[in-house]
Amino acid sequence: MSEFSYEIVIGLEVHVQLKTKTKLFCRCRTEFGNPPNTQTCPVCLGMPGSLPVMNKKAYFLSMRTALALNCGIPKFTKWDRKNYFYPDLPKGYQTSQFDLPMSEEGYLDIKSTKDEFEPRRVRIIRAHLEEDAGKSMHDEAAGKGDSRIDLNRTGTPLLEIVSYPDMRSAAEAKAYMQELRLLLTYLDVSDCNMQEGSLRCDANVNLHITTDDGVIATPIVEIKNMNSFRSVERGIEYEAKRQYDVWQETGKVLGELPKQTRGWDDSAQVTRSQREKEESADYRYFPCPDLVPVIVTDQQIEEVRQEIGELPSALRERLQNEFGLTVYTADVIVNQGLSLVEYYLELAAAAGDNKLAGNWVQGEVLRILNDQEIEIEDFPIDAGRLAELLKLVQAGDLDSSKAKDVFAAMLTSDSSAADVIKELGIEKVDEGALEALCQVLVERNQRIVDDVKSGNEKAVGALIGQAKKENPNVNPGQVRQICLEIINNL
Amino acid sequence: MSLTRQDVEKVALLARLKFNEDGLDKMTDHMVQIIQYVDKLSELDTEDVQPMAHALDIYNALAEDEPRPSLSREDALKNAPKRDEECFRVPAVLGE
Ligand SMILES: [Zn+2]
Repeated sequence: MSEFSYEIVIGLEVHVQLKTKTKLFCRCRTEFGNPPNTQTCPVCLGMPGSLPVMNKKAYFLSMRTALALNCGIPKFTKWDRKNYFYPDLPKGYQTSQFDLPMSEEGYLDIKSTKDEFEPRRVRIIRAHLEEDAGKSMHDEAAGKGDSRIDLNRTGTPLLEIVSYPDMRSAAEAKAYMQELRLLLTYLDVSDCNMQEGSLRCDANVNLHITTDDGVIATPIVEIKNMNSFRSVERGIEYEAKRQYDVWQETGKVLGELPKQTRGWDDSAQVTRSQREKEESADYRYFPCPDLVPVIVTDQQIEEVRQEIGELPSALRERLQNEFGLTVYTADVIVNQGLSLVEYYLELAAAAGDNKLAGNWVQGEVLRILNDQEIEIEDFPIDAGRLAELLKLVQAGDLDSSKAKDVFAAMLTSDSSAADVIKELGIEKVDEGALEALCQVLVERNQRIVDDVKSGNEKAVGALIGQAKKENPNVNPGQVRQICLEIINNL
Repeated sequence: MSLTRQDVEKVALLARLKFNEDGLDKMTDHMVQIIQYVDKLSELDTEDVQPMAHALDIYNALAEDEPRPSLSREDALKNAPKRDEECFRVPAVLGE
């Protein structure tokens, strides 16, 4: 059978657990990892007669996120009941938002650091505030028998962020997730821990295949259980190939099959069909009579907008335009999170050299953070101490390899750069002595002088080697510069 | 607006209710009566009335994010038809 080209069409639904101390509708704690069923009350157990009350912080964290995603905030919003039976949902409905969500119509810009795709604006349909369900665990030990239910998580606030189907490759979907996660950490609204489930992603995927008779669309499949950035990418890639094969086999197109749900099996690296909940589409939403609507004023929205600090996209631009960093360096620093950006800004200001500071943060500092698996908060050299070292580098008192030695020594001591230099026996060579040394070397090496004179500047490298033998403390860059000056003036 | 027997069957399934043939007939009669009763409302002229999202004229009932004690696990599990030391037990959940 002939091969046709196709485009993957992807929309993502992301669930973000908000960083509140308590649940959305009751004041039980939301901590992760506590013993089962120790964080419940009549409200989150769904006892008759109990009354939910909306968590103020959850609502305003949602608004902060929605504004950062360029969403509009309707003045009026309400909550609805989404009805279905599942053992981890004790009330028999999930309290969610149906027709009047708390935010709508925003966007998130993504671009590839590795040029995998063109920059793209992914539009956002809505972000709404809802509650999480509990956890069910199948008890293998007890045989086929039972599932065990832990309701600690029931009622935890979730912000569901729904994108338009604007992404066209698995790499774009992964980039969207990474950029969204970065934004959420800058906003400090979520822990964003995919392993612990505080950031979850479902993908709606289908293909637009260009056939001899025009473009056809394959039936849409929702992929669940993608618990890492890598599985988002692999799950979508796998699903695209699978849909293409199924289409070649059956010829079924969009509308000829109902929407299917498939789970990503990370160990087998495949998607598997999930049993549909009966009539899952029929949720019979209706307004929750127990919760009253929320009305916000322009002034409140403006106040929340003011709380939002500088976001990753703006910071990347500032580091490039105002600080003169390369696109790559700015990306690397910003993508590491706000704390590293703050470290960089402090370092650049104290050292008085934006580019040098950028190179050191992107190079040496990040290398140590990665090697030692630590965060910048635990990095042993604070910005002020590193700035002293950079000043010496900038003044030409230290060449880069010596500076790295000093840096390494500073990692394990509290000494200043100047003290470490003394301890290591590194001495700045007196300018007069250096010039005298260069003069001697030039006079001793007529052949190199001739080489340089005839246009081969690289030949001067041999003089640097000789200078280092004479005095290990000389700065190679300075030797090079002085020797070239002397030769050119001959 | 009226209601068919099939409608009632579907709603019963969604609500996890089981009726025999007799019960289904009775339930259909009852529900048709209820719907007809509520239908009386559409006789009212609501031309100039704003639609409401909620029956109460109250807004913004928000609580501070301050933890309060939860139930003990014993109390939480007390009403469970089936349980173990830590968890509620339910018939196997498949498709996870
Ligand atoms: Zn509770």
